[in-house]
Formats: sequence, C-alpha cells, structure tokens
Amino acid sequence: MDWFETWGLTITVFLPVVGALLLGFIKRDNEDALKRTALLVTALAFLASVGVVIGFDYGGTPYNTYQFEVNETWIGAINANYHVGIDGISLPLLVLSTFVMVLAVIYSWNHWEEPKNPKAFLILMLILATGMNGTFVALDLVLFFIFFEIVLLPMYFMIGIWGDKAPRKVPGFAREFETRLYAAIKFFLFTLFGSAFMLLGFLAIYFESGNVGAERTFDIPALTELGAAGAFSGPGNFAFLVFGAMFLGFAVKVPMWPLHTWLPDAHTAAPTVGSVLLAAIMLKLGSYGFIRIALPILPEEAVSWAPFIAILAVIGIIYGSLACLAQTDMKRLIAFSSVGHMGFVMLGIATMTDIGINASIIGMVAHGLITGLLFFLAGSISHRYHTREMARLGGNIKLMPVLGGILAFTAMASLGLPGLAGFWGEFMSLVSAYNPLDGLSLGVFRTAMVLGAVGTVLTAGYMLWMLQRVNLGEPSAEWEGRQFHDVDRFEMTAWVPLIILIVVIGFYPKVVFNATTDAVTSLVDAAFGTDTTAALSSLVKGG
Amino acid sequence: MTFEIDYLALAPELIVAGTLLAVLTLDLFLARPQKYWTATMAVAGTALALLPLGVLAIEGETISMFEGSYVVDEFALVMKGLFLVAAYIVFLMSHNYIESDRYYQGEYYLLLLASLLGSLVMASSRDLVVLFIGLEVTTGPLYLLAGWRKGDIKSNEASMKYFILGVLSTAILLYGMSLLFGLTGEVTFAGIAEATSGLSDEPALVMAILFLMVGFGFKVSAVPFHFWAPDTYEGAPTPITAYLSVNSKAAGFVALLIVMYQALPAASDIWAPALWLLAALSMTIGNLSALRQTNIVRLLAYSSIAQAGFMIVPFAAAAVSGADLETAFGATLIYLVIYAVMNLGAFAVVIAGARKTRSGEIDRWAGLARVDPILGVLTGVFFFSLAGIPPLAGWFAKFEMFRSVMIADPATIALAVIAAVNSVIALYYYARVIKAVWLDEPTGEFADTAEAAPAGSLRLALGVVVALTLAIGVYPSIATFVREAARVLASGG
Repeated sequence: MDWFETWGLTITVFLPVVGALLLGFIKRDNEDALKRTALLVTALAFLASVGVVIGFDYGGTPYNTYQFEVNETWIGAINANYHVGIDGISLPLLVLSTFVMVLAVIYSWNHWEEPKNPKAFLILMLILATGMNGTFVALDLVLFFIFFEIVLLPMYFMIGIWGDKAPRKVPGFAREFETRLYAAIKFFLFTLFGSAFMLLGFLAIYFESGNVGAERTFDIPALTELGAAGAFSGPGNFAFLVFGAMFLGFAVKVPMWPLHTWLPDAHTAAPTVGSVLLAAIMLKLGSYGFIRIALPILPEEAVSWAPFIAILAVIGIIYGSLACLAQTDMKRLIAFSSVGHMGFVMLGIATMTDIGINASIIGMVAHGLITGLLFFLAGSISHRYHTREMARLGGNIKLMPVLGGILAFTAMASLGLPGLAGFWGEFMSLVSAYNPLDGLSLGVFRTAMVLGAVGTVLTAGYMLWMLQRVNLGEPSAEWEGRQFHDVDRFEMTAWVPLIILIVVIGFYPKVVFNATTDAVTSLVDAAFGTDTTAALSSLVKGG
Repeated sequence: MTFEIDYLALAPELIVAGTLLAVLTLDLFLARPQKYWTATMAVAGTALALLPLGVLAIEGETISMFEGSYVVDEFALVMKGLFLVAAYIVFLMSHNYIESDRYYQGEYYLLLLASLLGSLVMASSRDLVVLFIGLEVTTGPLYLLAGWRKGDIKSNEASMKYFILGVLSTAILLYGMSLLFGLTGEVTFAGIAEATSGLSDEPALVMAILFLMVGFGFKVSAVPFHFWAPDTYEGAPTPITAYLSVNSKAAGFVALLIVMYQALPAASDIWAPALWLLAALSMTIGNLSALRQTNIVRLLAYSSIAQAGFMIVPFAAAAVSGADLETAFGATLIYLVIYAVMNLGAFAVVIAGARKTRSGEIDRWAGLARVDPILGVLTGVFFFSLAGIPPLAGWFAKFEMFRSVMIADPATIALAVIAAVNSVIALYYYARVIKAVWLDEPTGEFADTAEAAPAGSLRLALGVVVALTLAIGVYPSIATFVREAARVLASGG
C-alpha cells in the first residue's frame, strides 16, 4: 500500500473535482446517471479517507510530523509547495467532511429545490468537497488559502440559485430583495473581507520567516517550528498585528461575534444541503485555521489575544442563545444555535490548554454531526409543511412520529445531553476554562466559564422550547386532513449514520480523542511549554 | 556610422509591418463580399509573428541594436508576446462583429495592425525617442478606431474625447521628456539613469517626472487622468474597447515600467510616493464608481481603472530603502499579463452576451445562463477571476501584488490594506454581473439562439483565454517566467 501513502490524501481531495468534470459531460436530463456518478465519487473519496484512518499511525508520533505527506514544488518562484499531510488534529475533520458529503448526496436524491437542475447542484457540491477536504490537509499557507477560498464560489451559487426566494427588507435600501440574493452576496463579501486580511497576515509571516530563518517559506511545518522557537515574537507589534490579520480571516469563517451576521442569513436562505454543508464543515475551516496556523506559528501572540478571544466566544454563546429564544423561524433558530456552539469551540481554543483544544475538536465534530442533522430535519420539515414558522407547526410528532422522534433526539444531542456527542465539547471546554494556560487571567476565564455554563442552560431552554413548539401539542387546524408521509428511505439512509455516530461519540469519545490527544498535547507543549497536569490528561484519555 | 541589424530580432515587427502592407494592398483588389480575407490575413500574420518570438525566447540572448536604443531582451519578448496574443484574440473577436455590421473591414485591420506595430516597437525601446514614437503609433490609430461606429453618436463622442484628451496628455508627456533631455543631455535610458543619479533634489527633475506620470497615467487610465475611459469604452466598438483596455493599457504600463525602473531608478523617492497616491486613488475611485454602473461596458471601464490601480501598487514599494525592485517590477508585470488574459475573456463574453441579449445593460442580461449555460460559466470564470477568487488566474495577480508591498514599511502596508479593502468592494460589482446571469429571473426575450450563437472565431478566442485563465490559476508557475524578464530589467539590464 505504499502508493496509498503518497496518493491517499490527493485522491481524497481531488476525486470530487474530477467527478465534477465528469458530470459536466453527462446530459442534463439524465438525472440518474448524474446522481449515481456523484454518489460514487463522494463514496470513493470517503473510502479513501477511511483508508487514511486505517493506515494512520496512532502511536505518539513526534510533534509537528505529518502522515501521508506529499511535498512537491508548486510555485517554485515563491517557494510555495503542494504540501499536504495529516495529523491527529485534521484527521477527524477530514473524515467528517468526506462523510457528511456522502450523506448530503444521498439526501439530495429526491430533495431538489427550485429551480432543480441537479447537474449544476451536484457539480457545485463536488467542487465544494474538494475545497473543504483540501483545507484540512493543506500544509502550505498558499495552498491553504486557495482551498479556503475555493469553497466560496460553490456556496455563493448554492445560496444564490437554490436559496430562499421570500422577499426581505435590506437595511439601507427602499425596495425589498429576495433573501437568497442578499444572503449570498453578504456571505461572500464577509468571508472575502476576512480572507483578504488573512492573506496579508500570511505574506507578512512569509517575509518575516526569511528574516529569522534560512529562506522565506509558506510551509506550515517549517513555520510551526520557527514559531515554537519564538522566532516571530521579536520586539514591536509586528506579530501582534499579524495575528490580528489572521484572526479576522478565521473569525469571520467560524463565525465569532460580532462578525457572525452573515451566518443567520446564509444558513436560513441556503437550500437544505447547503445549510448542512455550511454548518457541518465550512464553519470548521475557521476554527481549524486557529489550531493549525494561528496558535502554533504565533504562540505568544495567541496568548496575548486569548482573553479577547475568550470574551468574544462567551458573548457569542450568550448572544447566540438569546437570539435563538427570539426566533420564530425554525431554521434561523438552528442557525443562531451555531453561533453559540462555535462559541464553545472558540472558548476551548482560547484556553490554550490541551483539554481545551481537545474539547474544541470534539466540539467541532459533534457540532458537524448534530447541527448537520438538525438542518436536514429542518429542511425535511419545511419540505412537507412548506413553512418553517414554528407558530404554525406543532404536534409534528403526532403527524410524523419517526421524524418527530429523530428531531427530539437531535435537539437533546444539541443541548449537550450527557451520553450524546454534544456533551463533550461543551463540558470539556467549560472545564478547561476553569484552568486556562498559566499566565492567562483566571478572572476572565472563570467568568467566561460561569457565563458559558449559563449559556448551556439557555441552550437547553431554546432547544426544548423549539421542540415544544414544533413537536408537541396538537397539530394546527390548517393541517387537518392532510396526509404527511413520514421519513422516506433516502432521508433514513442519510440520517441513521449520523444518529449512530452521535451516540457512539457520546458514549465513547475516545474514537475522536484517540487521534487528537497526542497531537494536541504535543502542540500545547511545544507552543506554550506547559506541563499538563496528569489529572486533566487522564480525564481526556479516559473519556 | 553603421548599424548592425539583427533581422531575426526584428522579425516580429517586420512580419506585422508586412501583414499591414499586404492587408492594405489586398483591400484595394477585393470585392466587398470577399473583404473578410483581410481579417484572415491579419489573424494569420499575427500568429506568424509569434514564431520568431518563440525562437528568440529559446535562444534567450539579449540583443541590443542602434547603440542600445532598441533592445530585444526577455522583458521585450514577454511584452511582445503579450501584445501579439492579445491582438490575435482581439482580431478573432472582431471578425464577426465587424463583418456583420458592414464597417470598413480592410481599414479596420490595417489600423489595428499599425497600433500593434507601435506597441511592439515600444516594448524594445530603450530611449525616449523610440519610446515616444512607439507610444504614438500605438495610440494614433485608436483615435480613429474608437469612432468606427460612425452612425452612433456615442462612438463619435468616444473618439472625440479620446483624441482631445489623448493629444493633451501627449503634449504634457513630450514636455516632460524634453525637460528630462534638457537636464541630462541624454535620450537613452541607461544614460539618463547615470545622469540623474545625483540630481534627485533638482526641481526640474521633479517637474519632468510629474509630467511623464501625467502622460503615462492617461495611457493606463489611472485616476485622476481617467475621465476619457468610461465614455470612450462605451462608445467604441467592443473589440476596440477590449484592445484599449488591454493592449493600449499594457503599452502605457510598459512605458511606465521601463522609464521608472530603467531611466529613473535613482529618483524613486520622487515617483514612488506619487504613484502610491495614484494607486490608492485609482483603486478606490475606480471601484466606487463601478458600483453604480448599470451598463456592462462602463462597468468594465471602471473596473479597468481600478485594476490599473492594483497594477500601480507595486511601484510604491520601490521607494522603501532596500526594497526588492525585482519583486515589485515582477508583480506589476505578472498582474499585467494575467489581467490581459482575463479582461480579454470578459470582453469576449460581453460580445457574445450582447448578441444574445441585444443589450449592454446588466439588467437585460438577467437569466442568460438559462438559455446558454456555457456562456454563463464563462461569465463566472472571467468576472470572478477579475475579482481575484481562486482557483482562477486573478488570485495570483493579486497575490503577487500584495506580496510586493507587504514589506516592513508603514506606507506600503497601508497601501496593502487599502488594496485589500478594495478587492472586497470589487467583488460586489463583479458578482453583480454573475448574479444577473445566474441568479436573476429573465426580464426580456433573448435573441434567437441559432442566429445569435457566437461565431467560430469568437469561440476560439474564448477557448484560448479560458484555458489560460484556469491553467495560470491552478499552476501559476506558468506565469512566473515573467519574473525572469523582471530580473533582467529591474537589475538594470
């Protein structure tokens, strides 16, 4: 299997885009062939990533080493390389990405939103897959930037073409615009704004690496090594600003309050599959960027920015939860819940401890599974009722027991019920906030912990309230006499794997920690030079 | 005094000149329905001229003629390649456009070839006189071509505005050149560079440089010398607009590049700050004005003003002590090459789209992708490439531009931030075209598909530029050979 060592990641990343090219040659009205090809391609990409999981060496490999590594010259003139590789931090996210993509194709089998056109939709999905998979394995800043940006195009078209056509008021304009048009360009502009500054940050690091190292480089492992040695933290505020530039790029994507305003619009307007992919994978590109790039390369600046990040994260948690309580639209509620959940992820990262970063990774995976499923459900519900207004829904579980049951289960998972996947991320991130990295203000982080805990209560509040409004009570009179078909087989096929994983990770989080713990611990050791206490790491390892 | 003439080095110019004469002769004897032969001739001649260019590039020797006034080095080859390929694509775009509207075909190609010849001469010019002649031969025919749609009042206005402002700027440019000559007693760039090295606080030199910048600023349509551009672009025949925004602008940049880096490197503390300002203004005003446009050609006009701003950005880095001139020079050059490719693509799309929609109003383009998905995809490729979204070629241009100014200097970093904000603003109006084509509901009838299908030559043009846009975007090393050219020139030749 030597060839797989070199080709495994490349296949995982580029197979989907090859599939997109193939789809281009299939006739537009041959829907079956289109769908089968897309399914085949995504399934193969998933299998390739499973192959990586199997071939992955879980034994404590030294810090900053990557497996399935490929390093080929790409743009020789600026020393940017096609450098991909994987470690314990990116492995769960890569698998999440390929996995959810397969389910998304299955779900879309009989769920085409107006104006249909499966060919275009599937092509966009496959391009998106390449962008997302690529971001998780890129080990070169330029390559990372390219993949990070590639996802914008397909998502822009997904929201813009298949999105919500209801008119809405736009601040500053007299006339109303269709939601999809507003949401699509807002999403694009926000993300591009962040990534333009991120690019400036990358370039600044590139030049600085030439001053402190042998030659200018975009190579993430090389920069990580320099960063761990404190090479970028000279006098002056250079590194502080560079971290700020990167922060802007990643924080928009996560999104962190107050840069989050594109998210509720984009999520609500996007077609179901678009929302699922956006929530399940795309948001993670930002938080992953913090762990892969910002923290290891600029550790000292990360520490000085940490309290600020923690404060924003907690505001996000509280703000997201309160906003959820004010929603009448089910999909918008789920969208705002992402702001809260990603707040926990960022709080975990901000503690700069191994337990916090582990929490954030499992939080990302759990959020991907749970919120992905919630968006599937919201899509199916609005597909049947043709409304997402919770006031008009109600008694759903009586009309569609299976769908209602799954919704109840997922809402419980989302509010962090112990025994389900959502618990670990929230719980551990709060634990880590009690005891952040030495030197970080205990006052800030413990206050954050308390407020975060309040946030979990609020989360439970809005999730249960949503359940109450959607699932419980008597069906509204307007649905009387209407027949609703319960979950169909494509929905079932797409959802059951998610449900299983939510339970498995809930009971046995080690499936994730097994991969992440070593990588995270060594990252924290190398970057922040702390001896993590035995008690905390045993908690992590013991699950 | 005898001159050694290397005919191989001059072959591209000679072939283009020969084609020009052949077109002129042929035009006299052809009956009206056969006039399309002039177009074929022009296309073939341009393609043929690329051959000796390839030979010269492989040999890779720097050939200097006429006592250093006329040099064929890598920079000249790159620029000549750009001019020829761009002209080739413009010819392909013109073919159907000119023929179907019964314009004077023979003269049209004759004038375009003349302009092309001028730009080829310019790329090799290494003294003020040759440069000036080249620049004027490039621009002169365009005054006529801008007014080619004689029956259209807008085209007349386009030609008039371009002519009057063009002549004015030429006069100022010439005045600047004469001051420079008066100060140094030299016309060759090498001589001027030597003579000005101790003159940097001479007020006359400052005047000369500012005058030169006004002249070149007009050619590249940088703010505040841009007022002619939107009206001329809108009124001129669309292929000519493409030519203006690519070849003519590139010619202006060639002049700016070689004069600043070769003749006046010692005065970079005068021109770099001034160009800093020009870049910031062009980007910001170009982009903000583009936001308000409803006509796609006017939108591209303002976009090309803003893009000129992006291309000027690297110049600002030259004033920083210890700056990497090669990187700055290379960044502008790479941007220019990539811009040429994607902007030609955008105009080819405009020509094809305008046939379908019978309009240049963006609103009328609504829903175009439904009747012609391929044209829709191409619109997406070129306009997103102009916005700098990976994996399309435009990202690398922007990337190199940012890279050239992200050096430890507050002024250039401030410019980088301005450029970053501007690239976000730019996305909005580029996306507006894509929104109309892909996301909006059709508002009007489209022309009959069979009749309005793009002609074969236009399809070929689109094919060439889309392949280049994608190839450079995915594997930018293709474009970095341009850097070799930069090394030659920025290091003083």
